[in-house]
Amino acid sequence: MSTIEQVPVTVTVNGKKYQRFVDPRMLLIHFIREELNLTGAHIGCDTSHCGACTVEMNGMSVKSCTMFAVQADGASITTIEGMAAPDGTLHALQEGFRMMHGLQCGYCTPGMIMRAHVLLKENPDPTEEEIRSGIAGNLCRCTGYQNIVKAIQYAAAKLNGRTVQEAAE
Amino acid sequence: MIPGQFAYHRPSSIEQAVRLLADLGDEARPLAGGHSLIPMMKLRMAAPEHLIDLGGIADLKGIRDRGASIIIGAMTTQNELIHSDLLAAKLPIIRETSLLIADPQIRYVGTLGGNVANGDPGNDMPALMMCLDAAYHVAGPSGNRTIKARDFYEGAYFTALQEGEIVTSVEIPVPPAGHGYAYEKLKRKIGDYATAAAAVVLSFSGGKVATCAIGLTNVSETPLLAEEAAEILIGTALDPASIAKAVSAAEAITAPASDGRGPADYRTKMAGVMLSRALQRAARRAAA
Repeated sequence: MSTIEQVPVTVTVNGKKYQRFVDPRMLLIHFIREELNLTGAHIGCDTSHCGACTVEMNGMSVKSCTMFAVQADGASITTIEGMAAPDGTLHALQEGFRMMHGLQCGYCTPGMIMRAHVLLKENPDPTEEEIRSGIAGNLCRCTGYQNIVKAIQYAAAKLNGRTVQEAAE
Repeated sequence: MIPGQFAYHRPSSIEQAVRLLADLGDEARPLAGGHSLIPMMKLRMAAPEHLIDLGGIADLKGIRDRGASIIIGAMTTQNELIHSDLLAAKLPIIRETSLLIADPQIRYVGTLGGNVANGDPGNDMPALMMCLDAAYHVAGPSGNRTIKARDFYEGAYFTALQEGEIVTSVEIPVPPAGHGYAYEKLKRKIGDYATAAAAVVLSFSGGKVATCAIGLTNVSETPLLAEEAAEILIGTALDPASIAKAVSAAEAITAPASDGRGPADYRTKMAGVMLSRALQRAARRAAA
């Protein structure tokens, strides 16, 4: 077939506006990693199962390996790079993962945190069961999820102004 | 994995989308939530030369109350179905079923229209729509028409849609107040297709089953409407003997494949187990 026309894509990522011309077939995860050089979101399974590529788009958690960059035109996106404050202070979720040992190899962590961020916006004080069903689209092969759940509970407690448990068991 | 090249089109009206599909013919595919099509494209099992993104068409969105029925735009996402107060009040089985589809991220993007229209027998909504006797409103090059869900599915990935037609909305008759309902799905893990699943909507009158409809997911080339099984239950008190008879009748119409979800015989039995559980749960929820 004839040469494919590139398509303009304008997105706001972590508060900064970007415009690029891309092949329509470029996946959003490749756009974020290779065009914007934001490599926090990971490519894990590349088949929409594992959730390592999860980013926040217009307030929703989406798997950026199963979406074209052109579909995100006009969208506002947050990646893990947008979570800490400009002075480096960790977001409550990042602090929770650190304090509660919510990661081992860390590969799933950016996706877990971005998913948990939307979960806590929609449900600021989830039960353990709600956390587990809320992160059902994110796979971790190291932790067994126990400390990930605790990390999210830590963040929920902190964001709700409660005293937080200091360390994982 | 990188899909093949394609040209991208983002129409802003149903008319434009239909015209594009008609003009571009075989080489064009509509894109809804993309969670079936994009994985296929990444595996190069699908390689359309043109993608018509339906995401920019406002008329395909929204859930409207028509009194006796509810009309749901084809591009309404599963997450929107889950959070609709109208559906929670009038058609709670939609929420129950939506929560069993894929995972939270995919439900923000996956659409009702895509789920019912692509003809994948593993999808959950088709059997539910047959159970609810929904109708699909369709737009195409020769105008608009309506196809009953019960007449829509012809084979795996084969539906009554003609070339250039898209489903624009789904119209669902509202079951009577006090109806019982349940969607029971056996799956190996979150995000999996059903090993077998059953949708039940029923109502009682004077302690006896007055109306009953049963849909079965992923136990044949198409979703199934278990008419004989439902017929057996009408007029009974949903006693164990009647349930056993209905389960046998439902199992008899299944023809599942043997695959990673189990041998065919097992999947047939699981369809029966899901039906039995769905009937009992629906009965507990129904007003006597």
